[in-house]
Amino acid sequence: MVQFQRTAQLDAAFAALADATRRGVLEQLGRTDASITDLAERFDMTLTGMKKHVGVLEDAGLVATAKVGRVRTCRLGPRQLDEVTAWINRYRQMWSARFDELDHVIEDMKQKEKERAQR
Amino acid sequence: MKNETRVERKSEREIVITRTFNASARIVFEAWTKAELFRRWWVPKSSGITLLSCEMDVRRGGSYRFVFEHAPEPMAFFGRYLEVSPYSRLVWTNDESGDAGQISTLTLEDHGDTTRIVLHELYPSAEALEAAKGSYDGMPESFGQLDALLAG
Repeated sequence: MVQFQRTAQLDAAFAALADATRRGVLEQLGRTDASITDLAERFDMTLTGMKKHVGVLEDAGLVATAKVGRVRTCRLGPRQLDEVTAWINRYRQMWSARFDELDHVIEDMKQKEKERAQR
Repeated sequence: MKNETRVERKSEREIVITRTFNASARIVFEAWTKAELFRRWWVPKSSGITLLSCEMDVRRGGSYRFVFEHAPEPMAFFGRYLEVSPYSRLVWTNDESGDAGQISTLTLEDHGDTTRIVLHELYPSAEALEAAKGSYDGMPESFGQLDALLAG
């Protein structure tokens, strides 16, 4: 059950990250905590629109909010984000390493074709 | 300067990898479809893994098989080519995980001196993609946090 909840939360996290505004919000919160009003202004959105985005991020465990007086402050929920990025990063590293090798193979091929053309 | 490799999870069962290479689509396509070239880059030296054999019959319906050194016994990756359109598109299956394997579609966009490739990986289900993630657990971790995701 715990495993299932974790997977469900990861799925929610990926869905949450599929939106450019929400990725922007995470990036912004990575720099500093912000209120929903701050975020709405920064991303040129209505308060209602931003509340929705923050709600999706909060459901996914990517963002935590706390209400202080009349202001709701948002900050990153760090652990879940690490889980999401860790896997994507490993995947990217693998492809990046492959493609960097492919660059060498391609340079070799170009060099050989050049030599052949000069002959 | 190395070109950037971008990885994006497009949906619960799709991953899209993009990269630009400084060569024509013909050269990139050849490096992807000629075994003697392919085997030089598919298993990066940095991975420490040895590729024992690499057989590729690159034509529609043709099959491929790569065997890697692995304890206690070698590990094989295999599948079939579904589409082979020289210099623009290559589609193949990944059959080593039975029905859970992804369909890989490589698209090459020729821009003269450079080629942009898009590798689209479509898993049969969200569960299959989740299961595939496990195979990356053994890989080294070092991350600039949000970079990979936010780069998309």
